[in-house]
Formats: sequence, structure tokens, C-alpha cells
Amino acid sequence: MAITKKQSAELARQAFEYAPAPEAIDHVKIQPRHGLFIGGRMVEAHSKKHFPTINPATEKTLSQVVDADEVDVDRAVKAAGKAFDSWARLSPSRRSRYLFRISRLLQERSRELAVVETMDGGKPIKESRDVDIPLSAAHFFYYAGWADKLEWAFPNRKPRPLGVAGQVIPWNFPLLMLSWKIAPALAAGNTVVLKPAETTPLSAMLFAEICMQAELPPGVVNIVTGAGKTGSLVVSHPGVKKVAFTGSTEVGKLIQRAIAGSGKRLTLELGGKAANIVFEDAPLDQAVEGIVNGIYFNQGHVCCAGSRLLVQESIAEPLLEKLKRRLSTLRLGDPLDKNTDIGAINSRAQLEKIQGLVESGVDEGAELYQPECVLPERGFWFPPSLFTNVSQSYRIAREEIFGPVLSVLTFRTPNEAVEKANNTPYGLSAGVWTDKGSRILWMAERMRAGVVWANTFNRFDPTSPFGGYKESGFGREGGVHGLLPYVDLN
Amino acid sequence: MDVRKTYKLFVNGEFVRSESGRAYRPDGMVNVPRGSRKDLRDAVRAARTAFPGWAGRTAMNRGQILYRAAEMLDGRAAQFVELLGGGVRARRELERSVETLVWYAGWTDKLPQVTGTVNPVAGPYFNFTIPEPTGVVAIVAPERDALSGLVRRLAPVLCGGNVVVALTAESQPLAALTLAEVLATSDVPAGVVNIISGQRKELLPWLSSHMDINAIDTAGCTTDEIKAIEESAAGNVKRVIKLTKDEMSPYLISAFMEMKTVWHPIGV
Amino acid sequence: MATALSLTHLGSLMRGVRSVDQVGADERAASLAKRSIKKSSKLWALDLAVRCMDLTTLEGADTPGKVAAMCAKAVRPKPGDATVPSVAAVCVYPLRIADCVQALRGSAVRIASVATAFPSGQSFTSIKVAETEQAVQAGAHEIDMVIDRGAFLSGDYQRVYDEIVAVKEACGAAHLKVILETGELGNYDAVRRASILAMAAGADFIKTSTGKVQPAATLPVALVMMEAIRDFVRETGRPVGFKAAGGIRTSKQAIAYLVITYETLGADWMTPDRLRLGASTLLNDVLMQIDKERSGAYQSADYFTVD
Repeated sequence: MAITKKQSAELARQAFEYAPAPEAIDHVKIQPRHGLFIGGRMVEAHSKKHFPTINPATEKTLSQVVDADEVDVDRAVKAAGKAFDSWARLSPSRRSRYLFRISRLLQERSRELAVVETMDGGKPIKESRDVDIPLSAAHFFYYAGWADKLEWAFPNRKPRPLGVAGQVIPWNFPLLMLSWKIAPALAAGNTVVLKPAETTPLSAMLFAEICMQAELPPGVVNIVTGAGKTGSLVVSHPGVKKVAFTGSTEVGKLIQRAIAGSGKRLTLELGGKAANIVFEDAPLDQAVEGIVNGIYFNQGHVCCAGSRLLVQESIAEPLLEKLKRRLSTLRLGDPLDKNTDIGAINSRAQLEKIQGLVESGVDEGAELYQPECVLPERGFWFPPSLFTNVSQSYRIAREEIFGPVLSVLTFRTPNEAVEKANNTPYGLSAGVWTDKGSRILWMAERMRAGVVWANTFNRFDPTSPFGGYKESGFGREGGVHGLLPYVDLN
Repeated sequence: MDVRKTYKLFVNGEFVRSESGRAYRPDGMVNVPRGSRKDLRDAVRAARTAFPGWAGRTAMNRGQILYRAAEMLDGRAAQFVELLGGGVRARRELERSVETLVWYAGWTDKLPQVTGTVNPVAGPYFNFTIPEPTGVVAIVAPERDALSGLVRRLAPVLCGGNVVVALTAESQPLAALTLAEVLATSDVPAGVVNIISGQRKELLPWLSSHMDINAIDTAGCTTDEIKAIEESAAGNVKRVIKLTKDEMSPYLISAFMEMKTVWHPIGV
Repeated sequence: MATALSLTHLGSLMRGVRSVDQVGADERAASLAKRSIKKSSKLWALDLAVRCMDLTTLEGADTPGKVAAMCAKAVRPKPGDATVPSVAAVCVYPLRIADCVQALRGSAVRIASVATAFPSGQSFTSIKVAETEQAVQAGAHEIDMVIDRGAFLSGDYQRVYDEIVAVKEACGAAHLKVILETGELGNYDAVRRASILAMAAGADFIKTSTGKVQPAATLPVALVMMEAIRDFVRETGRPVGFKAAGGIRTSKQAIAYLVITYETLGADWMTPDRLRLGASTLLNDVLMQIDKERSGAYQSADYFTVD
């Protein structure tokens, strides 16, 4: 049976386009309608208003969730306030055990959570399965261990909890952001009112179930759903002593302004426009992977995304060739497919924002490259995109796009790289690729950013503090530093 | 007949009059420059320029310079005691100020060891977190304790490698303005500390809205002023520091530090 | 091609070869290993795995009988089922080439012979060349040579290069696969360097391992070698094949190598001319998987011949 070389290659192409490998979803039941999680149980909303949450890959409605009003938020804050006294006074080792329990439950229900996360948010199942959910569980596990060791974290102090924490989280990593917020808050003895993002509330509702399964005392965690209005009600409620927000810089500023003079403690984890800097001696193939992971991971819906590629001019050509080739191997499509690299854009609004900025890039004179890519008919999609001929002044080089769009700029010397990288109001993260150890440290020292990934990108860990400089916000999440925003050291 | 001193602002290592040409007399006698928004602007510019150099000094060098400032201050003890009104209280305040500088001089090379971490991430990566200065810090000095009030806020901020634009106590700026003479002779590089006297009401809005200031220490502010500062600080997400506990503490240094985390793979 | 390199600069050229970040390469390989292939594609992939297989026996105890049995299996892996294709080649020691010639007469299965003081490579160049010449004379279509790792690790790149050039010349029309024995090279930087050296010296294929040293073939090593091939092709336009060998025992592993080939080198490499999987026990597992895919039932080893 002789097969010609050409036939063989053609067959390979067909076979390795990877037939659909959808994750089974029959083990997941999404309730058609949700209430609010207040005082330890699911309750009907006072607002009586619901809105649909859809699957951005299909535009089909998954469930109806509450648009919580002032009364609902007030109830949640009161429930949290009521629970605070006993939770703060509970023996720390008990608090610790509840958190361990939650961590274990997250692991046990990991596949279900991953599927829901992917359906509600559009992210590829391989990411929710391998990144979001395991890291969420790990985060609870890490802070569980801190709950009864707080005195060891803060020398010369007796850390005390602050009270009710009002927390508002974004849609890009719904459960992970929830974990980043709730785990340290609870470990330090605070209680929580959390508002998940408007477009991705479902994993938070599953988390509410997990709180009940863990028999967490009522009111320690309360979850209210809604849009921006609900979020602003949460942060400005007088019963809230601590505000934690992750989201856009624009909204972060509004919050900082709104709670001015209230005495509330505040941490903000906001936007970014990270430079990913590749020197001529970098391990190129890994750098290409790092660039891809830096900007196309989670459709670029990542605040620390490496959205500005700064490449040393001497290797710009081979690097771009490799990068473009790699882009052509990215698979865009059904987020539930295990082979999908790029899922759906989270919402129509976000898609329009991305489209608008990409248009501005073309208008301003940058050169757009997109690999051949068939977009599904329904749902919100944007192909992996790369801009060359970009100037520092273009909008696509300055504004956070929060989509799979990379702007490529070049530099000649290390000093120029530093200058360009830091030339932004943001300061969340930076990437450095070089084979030279002393240069890595030299660059790391000069990056005005809270996280520097050297010869890697977009790595996260519960023990590793994360947060920004400048307009990327203040306060850290993760590690011992992540406890600080939730304790009173006076 | 004594030769009187003309009090001046301290900007970019130089003693200058307010560009506005204005003065005010907080004690009814002595003319003190009434700094303007343009003086603030110049001070911030000087501070920003000085920042990389100061932050880039070795911790030991910063410690030595803070200690040098303590030496210079102590050497002028008599002058400051007189400025502070003489007597036991004035002497105690002077000593407290010297003590503060000495204490923080010893912290420069210890803070990273106390607040920095090596993080045991679950993967083949070396990961560490270190404190870095946030940048240009505005300090609103408390109205009480004309000298030590400012020194207590200034020392921790400098200790971490930040640069400073300080607004003196409106009601008693003389000791603070004279402190500039100490700093100027202590190897503190030009622009690292800038001291402006003037009226808070006039200057705070400019300070809190300045887009190139990274943090504000509101030690000397009223509740209403803090509210206004916080509102306006949102413009560039300034860190607004409200720690009022009057103590020396590494937590006060940390309040003006950013934690930077660096990852690197471990492989062969 | 082989003479294109200025020999005096070989050492500095080799030291200038771009480095590889181990963690990044490991992670990329691991992520590719998670790709899933389903149903019809899987059957096609298993079929390809058979077509690309170098069925191997490299034992001191190899006899004409053992080799004849293996050759029979190579031609008709599943007795009575002509839909399962022949493997690409058999791979034996030089003394067993004659047995293969006899057993494979009339089939398209190629004969590969290891040579050059396999597996250590620690012998005289003249002997390596002579061994190669005799192996080709005896009927080998392909020569799997080992590089002199001692020379490579001591920085004597010239010696390694010259030997490959000499052996390539001795091969004549026979194809040359150059075994890097990556498990002895220490790290991926050296793997990449050796890959480029071998290709520059004229290798038709570069091959991971002898199978006599642990670790043998691994996915990240394959990735690093394929990336070197990709860069070499970009520079020179000459396609070079890849052979993984050593420790590949399951269909799952085999498919992972196919995936990594597809993703790194593309569909043009999904052919026995450019891709080989050297293995001794892999074939039966692939046959079992083929039957499983066809029948839907998990299989038992009792139904597959041990040869």
C-alpha cells in the first residue's frame, strides 16, 4: 500500500486538525434561575429583577441571575456584619479548617467548575481545567494555612481583622479572582460580600453551594450578583470596612473617588499594558511560546498580558517569522473542546471594544497580521492578531485592549528597552527574555512593574504576590503580602 | 546686631525664594516663603529626576546618608533647640528627631530582609519578592512638633529610596526649613528632598492632583482634607497613606514601598 | 552542504548556537502531549505510526531466527489483516543485515543497520567508516550511526563533524541517521547544538537515542531537535528527518510524537521519509489500539503475536 508523500501530508493535515474533542458536560447541571447567597443560604432577591447570563461561544442563555438592588446589598452586608463577630472570634485553627475544606471541595468539583467557567466565560476548557480551577483550590489551601499563623506574618504586631470586606471581581478569571479575594479575607478573620462580574456569575454561585457544603457559618461569605450599579452599592455601603477591587483602571479610579474620606481600606488591582522584552540572545523558541502565552492566553483577557512585544531589532525578523508561524497553529473555536487554544471573547461589548481598538491601529498606520482563521458564526470571536510597524504613540501601544492583540515594537539597546517598557501609566507586569543572567537582574530592577517574568510569562502561584505599580493599582494578592490588606495592625 | 537669615524653600538642592515672590508671617515676625503651585511643580520635577539615582544607591549608602543627617542635626542641636523655643521640651524634640534618623538609617539594609520573601511556588521557578520605592512621595507635615513631626515622616520615606516633596507645617515652618540646611550638608543628593512652606489650603489640591506624584502621606491633614486628597488622588491612583500612629516602624517604611515579584525558571 | 561550514570556526559557531530554556521546552512539550485525537483521526494516526516505525532488535542475543520472525512481523504486522501496513524499516546490528535481506525479499520494508561502534561510538574513525561501508554492502538501506559523545562533550566538535562527514560519504546512496544519544548530552542546549552539528555535517535524519541509555527519547528532547530542524531548513532549505527511539512503548506515546511533529514541523514531516519511530515493543500496542478503535472493545495481549 503505497502512499505518496503528498498524499500523506494531506492526510496528516486532515487528521491533525484534531476532530472535535468536546469536554463532556452531562455531569453539569446549571440551574435555570439563581437567587442570592446571603446569610448562608440562597434567598430570593428583593429587587425581583433578573438578567440572563449567556454562553459567549453560542449566545445561548445559560441561566437567569439577580440584578441585586440596594436592599439586597444591605441585607448581604448586614449578614456579613452579623457573622463577623463570631467568625473573627472563632479559634483560628477552626477558621483554617473551613478554608482547607473549601479547598478540597473545589478540587472534588473541579471538572464541574471548569465546565461552568468555560461555558459562562468563553475561556478554553484546557485553561479552566489546568489553570483557573487548580489555582483557585491552591489559593484556598495556601491561605487556610495562614489563618492560625497570622502573628508569625507580622512581626511585633497582633493582627486583627477589619470587618466586612466588599469585593468586586472581573470576568476574566471568575473563580480564581473570587479565590484571590475571599481566601485571604477569611483567613484573616473578615467576612465577605462579593460581587462577581455581570457576565460570569455562575462559578460564584457554585462556590456558594460549596460554602454550604463546607458548612461555613452563615454570613461569612455572601454573594450578590448584578452589574456595575450593584458593585458600587457594595463598595459604598457604610457597613463595609474594606474594599477590594479587580478590574479596569477606569472603574478603579471611580471607586477610589467614591470611598474617599470613608476610612475604608482599599486595594486595587487594575489594568496593564505590559512590555514583553526579547533580547537578541534569548532562547527564541521558548520566547515565542512565552509571547503567545503572554498575549493569547485567555483571549488576552488578562490584566497582566504581555500586550506590547519589545523585540531587539537585530532579531525582529526571525522572531516575527517564528511568531507568525506559531500563530497559524493556534486553534480558535469551541471553548469546550480540549484542543482549543483561543476561545470566545467574553461579551459583545468587549468584542466591540477590541474591534474598535484594532481599527484604530490600522487607521494609525500599523500593519495588521492575522492567521487564516475561520470564526464560528454564532458567538463572539476575534482572531489572534499581531500589529507591526507600531509606534509608542499609537493607541494600540498605549491602551489596554484586553483582547488577543499584540503590538510589536523594536528597540536597539537595553536602555531603550527600559525606557519604552516603563513609558506607560500602568505598571502591572513585564517580561524579559535573555540568556544573560546579569541582564535579567538589571532589567528586573528597572522595570516599574509589580511582577517581572524572566524567560517565562503569565505564571501564577498562591505563594507569589501579585499587584501593580502606578495606575495598575496598589496592594498585593498572594503570598504573605496578600494578608496585609485584610488585617489591622494598629 | 545679628545677621538675620532669610528663610527659603529647598528645591533641587538649592535654597530658593518662592517663584511667586510671596511670603507669609506665621509667627507675625519672620517672613516665610509662601510656596506656589509652580514651586510644587518644580519640586516634583526635581524629585522625579533625582528618583532613579536615589533608589539606585545601595541600601548601605542610603543608611550612611541618613546617619550623616543625624550627625549634622545633632551638630546643630543648639540652633534647633532655640528655634523650637528652648527648654526641655525643645531639647527632647531635637533628640527625638536625631534618634529617628539614626533608627531609620539602620533600616535601609534590613527592610528587604524583613519584608522580602522567597516564594516556594509549585513549579520549577525561582521566585522572590522585594520591596522597591514607589517614587515621588508628597508629605504633608503635621502641625505639631515643628521638627520631629516632619523628621518622623520623612525618614521612613527616604529610608526606602523614595524622593520627597514635603509641605512644612503651616503654622511653624522654621525648623522644617532649617532642616533643609542639615540635609544639604548630609550628602543627600539634590532633589531627593524638597521642602516647601506655604498654605495647605492653597497647595493641597495641586499636590493631590499632580500626576507625577506616586504617594501622599497625609500625616498633617484634617479629615476633610484627607477626603479631598483621596478624591483627587484617584486621578493617577496615588497611594494615600493615613497611618497616623506616632511610632517608628518598618510598617511605615513599607507603606511607601511597592512589592516586586520576579520569576525565573530553574533548568539546566 | 557538508563543506559549507568553515571548519576553523566550528567551535565558536557551536558555542554560538542559541540556547534553549529547559522549563519552557518542557512545558511546551507537556502542553502538546495533552492534545487529544479522536476516532477516525486516531486510526489514521495509528496507521501512520506503523508506517513510520523502525522495528528494532539490538541485542547481543539476536539470531537469524529472531530476526526472521521480526522481519515477518515488519512486513505483515497483523497476520491475516492486509489493512495494517508494513512498517518502514527493520533496524538491526550489522551482522544481522544478511538475515534481513533474505527475510524481506520482495517487500518494501527497508533495512536499517546501526553502525560506527554502536552504542558507545568509542572506536577508530577508520573502523566506523569500514563498518558503514560493509553494512551498506551487506544490503543496508539506512545507517543509524552514533556520534562520539566523548568528543562532543570535550568540545572537539571538529572530530564529531568530520566523522559524520566521513560516514555519510561511506553511506553512498544509503540514508544516514545520526544518533545524538541525547541522554548523555547533559542538557537541551547541547541537544540543539548536536542537532545542528549533525545536520550541517550531512545527516539525513537526526535521531534521539540508541535505546541503551536512560533517559532515551523524551517529548521535550524531540521538540528541541525538531525546532533545530525547523531552523536548519529555514537556513539551508534542506529538509532533515527526525527519528525518536528508545522507550516508546505505547500508542499514546507514539501519538504524542506525531502531534509534536505536526505542530513543530508540519504535515510535510508526517511521512516515513521524514519521520521514524524506533521501537521493539511498540508495534503490538499500536495493533491492539487499532483493534480497539475498530471494534470498540479493549483488547488483550493474548490475541497479538509475540515474535
